[in-house]
Amino acid sequence: MDTRFSDEITGRPGGETITRCYQCGTCASSCPVAKLDSRFNPREIIKLSLLGEKEEILSGDPIWLCCSCYNCQERCPQKVEIADIIYAIRNIAFKKGYIPKIYSEFASALTTEGRIGKVSKFVENKRAGVGLPTLQPTGIEALEKIFAATGFSKLSQKKEETQ
Amino acid sequence: MTSYAIFLGCTIPARQPNYELSARKSLVKLGIELVDLPNMTCCAPPPIQSIDLRTSQAIAAYNICLAEEVDLNIVTLCSGCFESLAMTNTMLKNNEELKSEINEILAKAGKEFQGSVEVKHFLQVLTEDVGVDRLKESVSKPLNNLKVAAFYGCHALRPSELLKLDDPEQPRILENLIEILGAQSLEYRNKLKCCGGLLRGFSDDLALELAREKIVNTSKVGADCIATLCPFCFVALDIGQIQIRGKFHETYDMPVLHYSELLALSLGVPSEELAFETHKIKADKIISKIA
Ligand code: SF4
Ligand code: SF4
Repeated sequence: MDTRFSDEITGRPGGETITRCYQCGTCASSCPVAKLDSRFNPREIIKLSLLGEKEEILSGDPIWLCCSCYNCQERCPQKVEIADIIYAIRNIAFKKGYIPKIYSEFASALTTEGRIGKVSKFVENKRAGVGLPTLQPTGIEALEKIFAATGFSKLSQKKEETQ
Repeated sequence: MTSYAIFLGCTIPARQPNYELSARKSLVKLGIELVDLPNMTCCAPPPIQSIDLRTSQAIAAYNICLAEEVDLNIVTLCSGCFESLAMTNTMLKNNEELKSEINEILAKAGKEFQGSVEVKHFLQVLTEDVGVDRLKESVSKPLNNLKVAAFYGCHALRPSELLKLDDPEQPRILENLIEILGAQSLEYRNKLKCCGGLLRGFSDDLALELAREKIVNTSKVGADCIATLCPFCFVALDIGQIQIRGKFHETYDMPVLHYSELLALSLGVPSEELAFETHKIKADKIISKIA
């Protein structure tokens, strides 16, 4: 138990509204993933977080099963920003080194290419032939400065250590 | 002539020339000029927001700054890009504290977010800039009552408070734009439910179950094709059908077309110019129906 976990969440961008939840369950009944998989329930994620079950939340799969569809957030009577809270919790998990493989791949593609999907030379060279304009260069230098300012570079290094 | 900075994002240049070609050719035919700006990057969509939300907002704001510098509004094709850029644009315009926090980060990259441009979805450019009347007049190959299942996906519509594309529970913009092309727009069960695209790579099973439901429900009502707005939805539903064959041993043959592809065909762009070979589920039947 870590009773400060909800403060940690409210202190992060996206997490501010978690304490407004009164556990009505509207989110869970609007959630397409909860309908398919009993491991996932947004109301439960909020409850356990408010109760301070930090380890269980951060180390488990459920927080990564949200498909960010925002159905719950549209319908919550308390205006709890559920999808954004799940981002805030994922952000904390990432900092602690709980990182699903696919996300570390996104992070490294972003830091090396400036894109999360690499445009291969083959595809780039084919553009003119099909009638598309030349692809403009990406602003990777600017991104590097942004990463340095926010600490994102450190986050993605942590990912390399844990691999 | 109305000009826009076109924001391509990652997935479209990496693997969907069909989307890019159809959108570019349609907009040019409709009198919209597209400007390709250098130094744009990934938009920082949900997978990056999951890693660090503040960095994501700074990346989105950085890209908006590039358009501000040349005084152009932005048009996005991908719904992930639309969500990320439009959401950040609205948030920063309405929250001075957040704006200065982000501007402190951007200063390191020599940028400053002003809040002077708009980020528009491809569909908004059609309804707001081209206009329904001009669009109707420009249709030279009407879609002959083709039965189309409109699919919005999630991030064109939600979070609606920040995106403001249409009513999140009862949207009409896509259905109306389908009907303008001479097609029928079909209603089907759970139309507004997610395609599962963002779960691919973490839980492929769940992703495929969500995609399968979409294919089953649109097949049941007799749709000729599904119309999508987003490269992730396209992948989930198009390549998804091949994977559904493998996993569920069920064979579907539901063509998935971006709305822009239907639009380009109806404006008379020859199908050979639209990279239809990108589709795993072949769209030949649709193309021959229109021709
Ligand atoms: S809908 Fe809102 S108030 Fe109700 S349980 Fe979910 S988050 Fe809590
Ligand atoms: S955003 Fe996540 S928690 Fe909310 S309804 Fe969608 S999948 Fe469920």
